[in-house]
Formats: sequence, structure tokens, C-alpha cells
Amino acid sequence: MRLSTKHLLGIKDLHKEDIQLILSTAAQFKDVLQRPVKKVPSLRDITIVNLFYENSTRTRISFELAEKRLSADTINFTASGSSAAKGETLLDTVNNILSMKVDMVVMRHSASGAPHFLSKHIPAAIVNAGDGINEHPTQALLDALSMTEKFGKLEGLKVAIIGDIMHSRVALSNIYLLKKMGAEVIVAGPPTLIPKYITEAFGLKVEYDIKKALQWCDVANVLRIQLERQNQPLFSSLREYNLAYGISRRLLESLGKEITIMHPGPINRGVELDSDVADGPYSIVLNQVENGVAVRMAVLYLLANREN
Amino acid sequence: MKTILSEQQISLTVKRLAHQILEDYLQLKDTVIIGIQPRGVHLSDRIVHELSQLIPPASIQYGKLDITFYRDDIRKELHVPNKTDIPFGIENKNVVIIDDVLYKGRTIRAALDALLDFGRPAKVGLCVLIDRRFSREFPIQPDYVGRAIDTFSSQKVKVNWKEKDGRESVELI
Repeated sequence: MRLSTKHLLGIKDLHKEDIQLILSTAAQFKDVLQRPVKKVPSLRDITIVNLFYENSTRTRISFELAEKRLSADTINFTASGSSAAKGETLLDTVNNILSMKVDMVVMRHSASGAPHFLSKHIPAAIVNAGDGINEHPTQALLDALSMTEKFGKLEGLKVAIIGDIMHSRVALSNIYLLKKMGAEVIVAGPPTLIPKYITEAFGLKVEYDIKKALQWCDVANVLRIQLERQNQPLFSSLREYNLAYGISRRLLESLGKEITIMHPGPINRGVELDSDVADGPYSIVLNQVENGVAVRMAVLYLLANREN
Repeated sequence: MKTILSEQQISLTVKRLAHQILEDYLQLKDTVIIGIQPRGVHLSDRIVHELSQLIPPASIQYGKLDITFYRDDIRKELHVPNKTDIPFGIENKNVVIIDDVLYKGRTIRAALDALLDFGRPAKVGLCVLIDRRFSREFPIQPDYVGRAIDTFSSQKVKVNWKEKDGRESVELI
């Protein structure tokens, strides 16, 4: 058994079997993380560079921890404070790093498709850690692991993805993954934050009334309002967004059923999620973060360079 | 194809191995049994079952170890991991590792690495059903052997278990 791809650029390129292999491998790595020695020597002969052209806390720490738990050597690159600030191109930067014998590249970039471009020009395996508004595959995989742990399987699960769908790579990767695994998905949010052709593209139902969306679903994956990607006002104020689309404890209690709340982080408290929901009993936000390390270990382990 | 052990022989061998382990570690005091995933576990299940006829089952500490992440050939071949389940400490314990076939010794080398991540055992012993002797690539020898055989590297030893393969036998192919 092996993955059908050499790189992890997006969930779009994966088959159902690939996703299952990653999730089952991640479950074993999760066991490793519970042991007194939380480390295995699998990738001790592999060097990995973390190329972060965009800010990140969780993803970068999670990848770095995953690499260290696999005994890989790691180098960290952040765009600020590097030669990228002097105008060096992406390809030049990566080729220079690779000439120092690096086997894998973990990459985050604000341009959609940056890792796809790179994959056509360099021999190293690439893991996409988020590219612009395209995909964030490891986030979708860790969401899938968290949901599988909670519900046993993804097939037939009702998932509502709520909020800024337009600017969210997490939403796109989650939609691809959940569809491939046989879950039911709807997207919900204000019309200005939902891409126009999403129904045609994915056959998804769109819901503009958040209460209806919550009433329908087993899991609500609540997304962050990405103010840094909105170059024009798409709703009048954060306070108004919170009133119409924010999830509060009162709203959850009015549903008459229990649903699970997920959020990829960082949370805008008081905007898309109120604090008593984010820290409340229905939230599995911190489980998601915990699963992130195991999922990334699985991806790196399964993609590490091999002779054939 | 040649049958090395029949179903009846396997059953007798398992009984003997259980007695031999008990002979060295009376009542399994400070001793734990660890089966190697995936195929060594079939043998360790049987040995533990046999031991539980001889001493109180509550005094048997039995775990399963997967060595996938510790292999030295991951650049050549990708292996899918199995469950590791060691619900007790092994610090200062006597550990008996159980696997079905001992060949080059590389699996056991990896198992020793994996084991040490769980603590520092007082002593580690090795129990195998089949020892393909004179073919070792590491200085590793078994302490309890079902049957030692001479083989060519072109041959394969296949251990069949009832629950997995529908019949019980050891064959040389």
C-alpha cells in the first residue's frame, strides 16, 4: 500500500483509498504520541524544509513537531527576514535550498497554486500547508480524523461548513474530502461570502439561514472571517456578522439537539464563535489541534522519498 | 512445497515453548510477553493461551508491538503500520519477544529499538516458531525455538494460522 501521488498538493488529487491510508496511519502515530518516548526513527535520513511565505502558528508548529517526532532534520524558512525580501524568486529560493540536499518541502504561500508550480520544477516531494484560497489538505485530513474519532465514520455524516467560504482553503479541502468519503455537506454563510458557482461545481446545498444549517447538521465546521483577504467590504460590520451568523451558546441550546463544533483556528472570538461555544462542551477544537501532529506525521511518513 | 510442521506438531510445539518460558521465569514473575505485529501475534496468542492453563491468567502481562516505524528498509518498501498495545511498563521487567519466523534478524533488531522506547527492560529473550538458521544478518539468536531449519535464500517459509489462512501449518516453498 502506498499513496497514489508523489506530492500532497490538494485533497482534489487524492483517491478515497489514499485518504483512508493516511487516516489509518495517523491513528497509529497518535498512539506513538501517547508513549513515554513520543518519537520514532522512521525519517532519520530525511531532511525537510518548512517554507512559510505566509503567517502561521498552528500549522507551522504542528508540521515542525511532526517532523521532529519522525526524527527528520528540519530547516525553517519564513519569508520575512529572508532573501525573498530582496526579490529572489520562489523557484530560485527553493533550488538553492534543495542544492543543500533537502528531501521534502512543506510549503505555505499566499498565492493559490504556488506548490503546484513548484512541483513541476523540483524533484523533492511537496506538502501543501495552505496555498492562497485554494487548498489546505492537512487541515481537511485532521478534521476528518477528528470527525472519525467522534462519530466512527465519515460516510453519511452531515457536515455544515459555515462562514467565509469564499476565502477559505479549509472549506475547499474539506468539501473535496467529505464528498470523496461519502459525507453530506452544506455550506452556510452570508451570500457575499459564498462563491457564486459552488452549487454547480460541487452539487452542494447552500443555506443562508444559520439556524437551519445547524439544525440539519451533526458537525458544524466554523471558519474564520479572513479580513486580510477581503479587499472590499463584504458585510457591514463584525458585530453585525456576529449577530446574524455568529454561533452563540443560546443559539446552540435553541436547536434541541447536540451538534459538534469545529474550527480550524485562529478563532475570532465574538465574531464567528462566541467564547462560551469555543471553550464549551460541544467544541472539539483542541482535539483537532492534537490530531494535526499525527496526521502530518502520517503524510510525511507516507510521502518520504523512496527508491522506487 | 514441503510441510515442516503439521497442525498437531504446531500445537505440541506451542505447548513446549510455553513450558520452556515458564521454566525460565517461574510464575512469570516480573516477566512480560510481547508479540510482534502482524504475524507473530498469532503465535503469541497461542502461547499466552497455553500459559493461562498453567498459571493464573491474571499474572500474565501480554502486549503487542508493531515495528513498522522502526524498520531499516523504509526507503525500499512502504509498510502499513499495525496496532501497538503495551498497557504496562517494561522498566526492569524480563521481556519475552515472540515472532513466527526468525530469518535475517532485522525485524528483531527493529523490535529491540522499538521496545527500548517503552523503558529499560532487565532482560530480553526471544521465542520463535521457526528459526531459519545460518541466514542471519545481525548477531541475534533465539532463546526458545520451535523448529530450526536450513533454507536457501530463494526459499520462503510460510506459516499458516487457522484464523488468518484457514489452516494450520508451516510450509517451505
